[in-house]
Amino acid sequence: MSLDHPVAPAGDVVSTTSPAGATTAPRSTTEVPVPREPRRRTLRHRLSRLDVQLSPYLYISPFFILFLVVGLFPLIYTGYVSVHQWSLIGGQGEFVGLENYRAVFEDRYFWRALRNTFSIFVLSSVPQVCIAMVLAGLLDTQLRGRTFWRMGILVPFVVAPAAVTLIFGNLFGDRYGLVNDALGLVGIDAIAWHVDTFASHIAIASMVNWRWTGYNALILLAAMQAVPRDLYESAAIDGAGKIRQFLSVTVPMIRPTIIFVIITTTIGGLQIFTEARLFDNVGLGGSDRQWQTVTLYLWEIGWRVRNLGMASAVAWLLFLFIVAVALLNLVLTRRIGGGSR
Amino acid sequence: MQNTTTGPVGRSRPRAARLRRGAAIGAVGVLFMGLASACGGDDSGSEADGKVTLTVATFNEFGYEELIEQYMEENPDIKVVQKKTGTWEEHRDNLYTKLAAGSGLSDIEAIEGDGMAAILEEADAFTDLTDPEVEGRWLDWKTEGGTSTDGQLIGYGTDAGPEGICYRADLFEQAGLPTDREEVEALFTDWDTYFATGKEFVEKMPDVAWYDSSKGTSQAMINQLEFPFEDADNNVVALENPEVKAVFDKVTEMQAAGLATDLDQWSDDWVAAFQNDGFATMACPPWMLGVIEGNADGVEGWDLANAFPGGGGNWGGSYLTVPAQSEHPEEAMALANWLTAPEQQIKAYEAKGPFPSQEEALGDPQLTDSVNAFFNDAPTGEIYSERAAAVEVQPYKGPKYGDIITAFQAAILRVDQGQESPDEAWESFAADVERIG
Repeated sequence: MSLDHPVAPAGDVVSTTSPAGATTAPRSTTEVPVPREPRRRTLRHRLSRLDVQLSPYLYISPFFILFLVVGLFPLIYTGYVSVHQWSLIGGQGEFVGLENYRAVFEDRYFWRALRNTFSIFVLSSVPQVCIAMVLAGLLDTQLRGRTFWRMGILVPFVVAPAAVTLIFGNLFGDRYGLVNDALGLVGIDAIAWHVDTFASHIAIASMVNWRWTGYNALILLAAMQAVPRDLYESAAIDGAGKIRQFLSVTVPMIRPTIIFVIITTTIGGLQIFTEARLFDNVGLGGSDRQWQTVTLYLWEIGWRVRNLGMASAVAWLLFLFIVAVALLNLVLTRRIGGGSR
Repeated sequence: MQNTTTGPVGRSRPRAARLRRGAAIGAVGVLFMGLASACGGDDSGSEADGKVTLTVATFNEFGYEELIEQYMEENPDIKVVQKKTGTWEEHRDNLYTKLAAGSGLSDIEAIEGDGMAAILEEADAFTDLTDPEVEGRWLDWKTEGGTSTDGQLIGYGTDAGPEGICYRADLFEQAGLPTDREEVEALFTDWDTYFATGKEFVEKMPDVAWYDSSKGTSQAMINQLEFPFEDADNNVVALENPEVKAVFDKVTEMQAAGLATDLDQWSDDWVAAFQNDGFATMACPPWMLGVIEGNADGVEGWDLANAFPGGGGNWGGSYLTVPAQSEHPEEAMALANWLTAPEQQIKAYEAKGPFPSQEEALGDPQLTDSVNAFFNDAPTGEIYSERAAAVEVQPYKGPKYGDIITAFQAAILRVDQGQESPDEAWESFAADVERIG
């Protein structure tokens, strides 16, 4: 692009990147004379218009470019890998179509992993969101030493998940664990946390809840503090008690935040890995895959069996599964919240 | 959508203007890409001062810290950086990821003995370390384990895991068994005697198991088979091999007889059992001594017998390899050679306890004179030198070995945990083998 044709639209693009050059550069006199003053005004005008229109995109572009590089590209590339034979070391093999997906569907451990994932997800996210709501509600009152309590519930989140798992591993020992000792005191038989499927899910879900409840409570608390206080005064005048106020004022007012918390919990809850991986030392989810989650299964296929093609198929299936459950949750929470805003 | 008042400017603009805007956005994107790619530096090992930097990636404890200092003093042109990882599993995951990526590996990568067979399958990705200088340095089976099918020496042996039996002398005394180190040897000569003594023991001591876990015992038995799960051509024979079924039957039969703790080896409960008189004996390679000493802190009565059922057995021990990715393969090879020489491995043994796999080191007085106070002053150096010499069979471990033994041990654990009968567990093991296939 050259500056020889000031009327050509292309010239304007260059001028936007170096406005000083465009206005002071010597011009050829053979061109159609253009009045200088009006042109400068339109240029400046255009520039400022461009600034207004382009700048916002510029400011948010780093995220989208990064997302493109580290989010969208891997997602699409995983899809490409999933329709090929692909070993971890050997790399790309033949195109096999949906063969990898068929292999995943025929593997009984995949279905078991899906069951485990869903069960652990329900056991962790439902109590998590409920307890977080109650905790946030309590922290939103005139407590003595509020800051201390508010920071206190975030402590579990700061502790590394691997450390949490080590501590909980000791608590949930089958034979010499603290939880079973406590249960023994009240006359309950020892529970085989690493043998019984449901018990192992409860143990893992409790680690997840321990870590994330406080975090979610803080997010909900932030939303609750934005609720206008006069709404509570009016409700109180109308004779609503504390619980009624919570259900009829607080919950509807913070519904967007609740939806956000539920969606993020869904995404996290369906991707549980560390807690399940470290629940025993083998890392495959127990002698009978009692607590193998889909992410753990994916890791087994990719890094133990070293079949990246099949692992990519699992990754895509997990992605679709998460989208489906998240959409379902979105619809449900919209319904429960009542009406649209 | 109902809101028609926004963006009148944008909609009334001619097509050219929109194109221009698009071009500008594109230009910005390209700029960002350029910045991003400019950040990717090169990480070659050569530095400005002409020094060569070598990285050594190990897991667990190899005892190389002081040796590396010494090497750098003796070779001022070389800088050595050690990268330590906690466990072999983590180290392996990292190793395979970077092998797959084709870059990022250290100049020297340590490989655990059980994982070596799978690495030999990828021999092309590693440097051939064959060197007349190191011929005959290691025990024969150790050299074989690091040699590929076409005769390339891929790994230099570091340590070995010759097994003895660790036992609780105090519990033996309560059960009326002999306690003296030389006397108990007779109880551990073959598996039948070992199990028969165990039955005797649990009869007198019903609250204490005979051995620590079915997993450890079955692994010791599998380690004495020549071709446990795969034949020499890497065909999976785990289900057809009568020896494997015999191990499975024996271990589950002994579990039913109450000899096992029913605990998963390395689980928290297993660790706690050391403090609770959970069991009386266990298969014991040299590196296990430190594990026992740590877990059984404060417990008195542990001892080490110079015997192992069925002769000798090896459990663990590693290799050093030089990935083909390395930019300084010659220097790395020289360092690996030096580190695995007998003199250095004896120093590593003194520092952290990995038992040398070098012929010459095994006869060295520095090694044979060493004793372990926690194990009733047992002459551990002498005992393990003899145990190493007693290892006759080193099982063939093909590329699927690791996956199959994991499934095998899971099947035995299901019986331990009462989830499946031995027959059901074998059936599901068969299904797992098909799946790994």
